[in-house]
Amino acid sequence: MARWEGPLKKIDDYRWEIPMEYKTGMRVPGLIYASEDMLESIREEQAAEQVVNVAFLPGIVGHSLAMPDIHWGYGFPIGGVAATRVEDGVISPGGVGYDINCGVRLLRTNLREDEVRPKIEELLSLLFTNVPSGLGSTGKIKVGKKEMDDILTDGARWAVKRGFGTEDDLEVTEERGCLKGADPDEVSIKAKERGSPQSGTLGSGNHFLEVQVVGEIYDQPAARAMGIDDAGQVLLLIHTGSRGLGHQVCDDYVRTLREAMQRHGIEVPDRELACAPVKSAEGRSYLAAMACAANYAWANRQCITHWSRECFVRVFGHSLREIGLEMVYDVAHNIAKIESYEVNGKKLSLCVHRKGATRAFPAGHQSLPARYREVGQPVLIPGDMGRYSFVAVGTDRAVKESFGSVCHGAGRRMSRHAAKRGVRDADVARDLAARGIIAKAASRGGLAEEASEAYKDVAEVVEVCHRAGLCRKVIKAYPLGVVKG
Amino acid sequence: MKKFDVVEHTADTGIVAYGTDMPEAFANAAYGMFSLMADLRQVREETSRYIEAEAGDWESLVVSWLNELLYIFDAERIVFRRFDILQVTNTRLKADAYGEKVDPSRHRLRSGVKAATYHMLKVVESKDHCSIRVIFDV
Repeated sequence: MARWEGPLKKIDDYRWEIPMEYKTGMRVPGLIYASEDMLESIREEQAAEQVVNVAFLPGIVGHSLAMPDIHWGYGFPIGGVAATRVEDGVISPGGVGYDINCGVRLLRTNLREDEVRPKIEELLSLLFTNVPSGLGSTGKIKVGKKEMDDILTDGARWAVKRGFGTEDDLEVTEERGCLKGADPDEVSIKAKERGSPQSGTLGSGNHFLEVQVVGEIYDQPAARAMGIDDAGQVLLLIHTGSRGLGHQVCDDYVRTLREAMQRHGIEVPDRELACAPVKSAEGRSYLAAMACAANYAWANRQCITHWSRECFVRVFGHSLREIGLEMVYDVAHNIAKIESYEVNGKKLSLCVHRKGATRAFPAGHQSLPARYREVGQPVLIPGDMGRYSFVAVGTDRAVKESFGSVCHGAGRRMSRHAAKRGVRDADVARDLAARGIIAKAASRGGLAEEASEAYKDVAEVVEVCHRAGLCRKVIKAYPLGVVKG
Repeated sequence: MKKFDVVEHTADTGIVAYGTDMPEAFANAAYGMFSLMADLRQVREETSRYIEAEAGDWESLVVSWLNELLYIFDAERIVFRRFDILQVTNTRLKADAYGEKVDPSRHRLRSGVKAATYHMLKVVESKDHCSIRVIFDV
């Protein structure tokens, strides 16, 4: 792929602007958060040009933003954030992605590394059997048409009602696991048919369950608010999304909005940037369908949480209360939300697209649960399976600058195909084992595709966000064992 | 003639499918997509589905056709290995697809494909050679 040669004007050590003069039609400048060292690899692909394309969207305000985990995506770059005015701006499914509400959920435990390590094989095997994963896997819950509509409307709340988890889990889930405005009638029958057999499945690709151990703690009070007390404590991280249901919703609406765009007289530089006015019939339909897919994903993570808890109870032989497998937080990193921000001194209702970006609200924000009011919203930033992950908290600066958003992970630097070339799953597994990490994968080639080398170092990504002031690091955790979908 | 080549993309994977005519290129594009998901040598032809797709042009038709197959894969868990294109114009396709239900004990399954996308999508038609380039979100 051609190198990107556009202008990157240095604002400070972590901010690089693409001026509006670069291309006629840009409504706002672009802004990429990165260190100087990262620029070379960012220029290797056309992701920065996608930041420029996004700047063409009608109603966009502030900057077309990209987080340091930026890489090429469909329409929007991964790591892209854009806010458009609800009043006269557009919504684009390309700003959300095919895997609507792909996201992460972190749980803490009272277990210590030395208790878990001897039983890690047993735990992973049980998780592997108890949580359906891999291509073509089907869920353990059979849902009919009526129940599917309940999932789409109620999200994680549906799961809790069915006995999968508790009210406390909802308290620490973004939107309490249920995005308002969901209308199952706006979701095609095809999407529901794709989602029905997959309810409560992990999926394949980069989705995983990871047993981790706390390493460094950078912010003791914030960690304590999350139920994390010291190094050596064991955590569980769940990463999955809305499966085939979300993919179908995206595909359906990219098509609908491409046609709508002509009717509304909107022109964008890329077909995958199909969009429609937020307030148009098509825009509203997409938002209602997207909310359904988001809710499906939250229900999915809630079911997986429940089955994971069963596994921990069986393997460690204590009660769930003793194990203390309680939720820290659950965040979406592929979603569009209607939120209010001050722009040029004016309070505006905005449609914030976060595509491979995480919401990061600061301490004191009214939408945070009491538990996090004083420290800020936990931001979960998984790395690749061979290295480490971070938990951070949102800051006021993120609200002022990036519409309360921050990075979401490491960001790929190698295609899955390239990562796999000449590398066998067994080699990757052996390599991980040598570093004390046990990995199990449902798909052939699943480990090789997701090997560390295929990703940027998440520590560098998080460091940029931390130093730019968009979030504050709280802890770093290391993997003990991974179940890959 | 080779059915398809895999093309690389940062996070994702694509294919270029070949054919002496459009029906063959469309069939090979579908074959290429399912090859990314499973080892098709172990897949039997035990069931078939009749598929119709419509779109505004050749390129969009490719996306409609492949995404229709992905929908059946998710909804019915059928992995397809052979495609009989009964009719194809630049706006309409009719085909029979043959394969069988996913059986993890017998099939070597790889990673899933979420969707065929419009990115870098290209259909080339000449007298005795056609090709289809499509990138998948995986």
